[in-house]
Amino acid sequence: MKNKILISGNEALAEASIQAGCKAYFGYPITPQNEITAYMSRQMPEKNRVFIQAESELAAINMVLGASAAGVRTMTTSSSPGISLMQEAISYMAGDELPCVIANIARGGPGLGNIAGSQSDYFQSVKGGGHGDYNLIVIAPSTVQEMIDLTFTAFDVADKYRTPVIILADGYLGQMMEPTTIIEKKETLHVTKDWALTGAKNRTPNAIHSMYLGDGALEAHNEKLQRKFQKIKKEFCLVEEISTNDAEIILVAYGTVARICKSVLRKLRAKNIKAGLIRPITLWPFPEQAIKKAASKAKFLLTIEMSTGQMVEDVRLATEGKAPVYFYGRTGGGVPKEEEIISIIESKL
Amino acid sequence: MEKKFGLPKTMKDVVTHYCPGCGHGVIHRIVAEVIDELNIREITIGIAPVGCAVLAYDYLNIDMAEAPHGRTPAVATGIKRVQPNKIVFTYQGDGDLAAIGTGEIVHTAARGENITTIFVNNAVYGMTGGQMAPTTLIKQKTQTTPFGRDPKSAGFPLRVPEMLKSIEGAVYLARETVISPKNIIRLKKYIKKAFVLQMEKAGFSLVEVLSPCPTNLRLSSIKSYDWVRENMLLYYPLGEIKDDS
Repeated sequence: MKNKILISGNEALAEASIQAGCKAYFGYPITPQNEITAYMSRQMPEKNRVFIQAESELAAINMVLGASAAGVRTMTTSSSPGISLMQEAISYMAGDELPCVIANIARGGPGLGNIAGSQSDYFQSVKGGGHGDYNLIVIAPSTVQEMIDLTFTAFDVADKYRTPVIILADGYLGQMMEPTTIIEKKETLHVTKDWALTGAKNRTPNAIHSMYLGDGALEAHNEKLQRKFQKIKKEFCLVEEISTNDAEIILVAYGTVARICKSVLRKLRAKNIKAGLIRPITLWPFPEQAIKKAASKAKFLLTIEMSTGQMVEDVRLATEGKAPVYFYGRTGGGVPKEEEIISIIESKL
Repeated sequence: MEKKFGLPKTMKDVVTHYCPGCGHGVIHRIVAEVIDELNIREITIGIAPVGCAVLAYDYLNIDMAEAPHGRTPAVATGIKRVQPNKIVFTYQGDGDLAAIGTGEIVHTAARGENITTIFVNNAVYGMTGGQMAPTTLIKQKTQTTPFGRDPKSAGFPLRVPEMLKSIEGAVYLARETVISPKNIIRLKKYIKKAFVLQMEKAGFSLVEVLSPCPTNLRLSSIKSYDWVRENMLLYYPLGEIKDDS
């Protein structure tokens, strides 16, 4: 039997990052993710790795940019307002083709909002919160175990595709404690970073930049980036499907809300209502095919979010009009309740 | 025949985009000569700013990154911390360092980050076409101070090394200019000292360079040099402002 430990989502993510080979962590305090920064401040120096509490999220993400340019695995973590501040550098890193992991333990907005968990940063993460033509790989864990497992995945795909990866969790997932399998050093992807800034010894100098001034140069660079994003879409999409085979009603939810929907599913099935769940694990690339397929035989889909309706737009697009898509959301720290979801479904039957 | 003078190894053999009379070419060359003389080209990493020197990576024959506007010292910090034995420097203008990036330069100095900053102050925004800089002089006309900089509405010019002087992590702060060979020789001495201090892991060093911008001062090259001498030097005294080495 595998040993289990009781650990919070934030600490699990921090420890997994260390095990995944994160050599440099830069952060700035913000609730509800402070446990990560605190954990790293103790653990990273003990392992002779880099920890800096930066003077701002602007500085933190640009330190990440520097460390990534130097060729090491690096990350920052923050929560919604802090992630907003980082958007400029995230856009630069997408243009620079620099890998890194950014965890957003999201809280309610807009503005200072509150410190309760929220899913209202979906648009920012998936549609590109910064300027320019780019996408980010966005991974949404749903359990503390996934805060570990998907952190390993995040570092690997960041390196594989040379691109920033967002782990989009929320304050509830960050704060909750669950028994998880002890985090063990796993095999992680090793790539040669011959583009890194390590000193131009016995080679021509490397330059990391996102500026292309020549006639047509930026268009060519952006087309190259788009080819990469298309490749990611083809190769990397994670989704969990439960009871979708015979489902007439499809729930679509991610992260914390998907946990609630799993209970809802059991209760609906007990009432002989044929419901299934599609849980996107990657929010970008979005599991369009799974939703399209389910929509072709479903009576309707219901998207449930801790937002006023963000992912639902991608669900609607993916169905290609094959079935109606309804939405239920709670905002500002509100969490959809099982009975609320069940009563909506029953009212649509 | 022995070659007495040529292109430093640290400079690429290319034509720069800098305007005639601009100080950047001279400053690039001095930095390159210092890197050559210290024999650190293969372990040096530079960070270009947003501003006229944004393309420095096309001119300097070393590994370089280009940072978001003002975040240059933060990028340098990330590079240096994971490679503490490399020589890391930022090359920043007055807008990058003393306006949008004030927070980063202050805290990079406060951490005593073992990097060197070359701070080019020409009292005006160059790349965007001549707007007020944080170092624009009182009464100086720019695109956005058409009646001359009025401290009542636009504030006072920042003296950066003097401002950083009280920070314990800043070990070496100096200011020179490129307007005469004598000044250039002294400037090179300061820049070399800053790099040597970094090699000795002494802490944060910064050399400010007063530099002419004939295009945006709307002056001929020669008159722009006179303008620096007759105006900037009065407000920005030259010399080693702090030397804790």
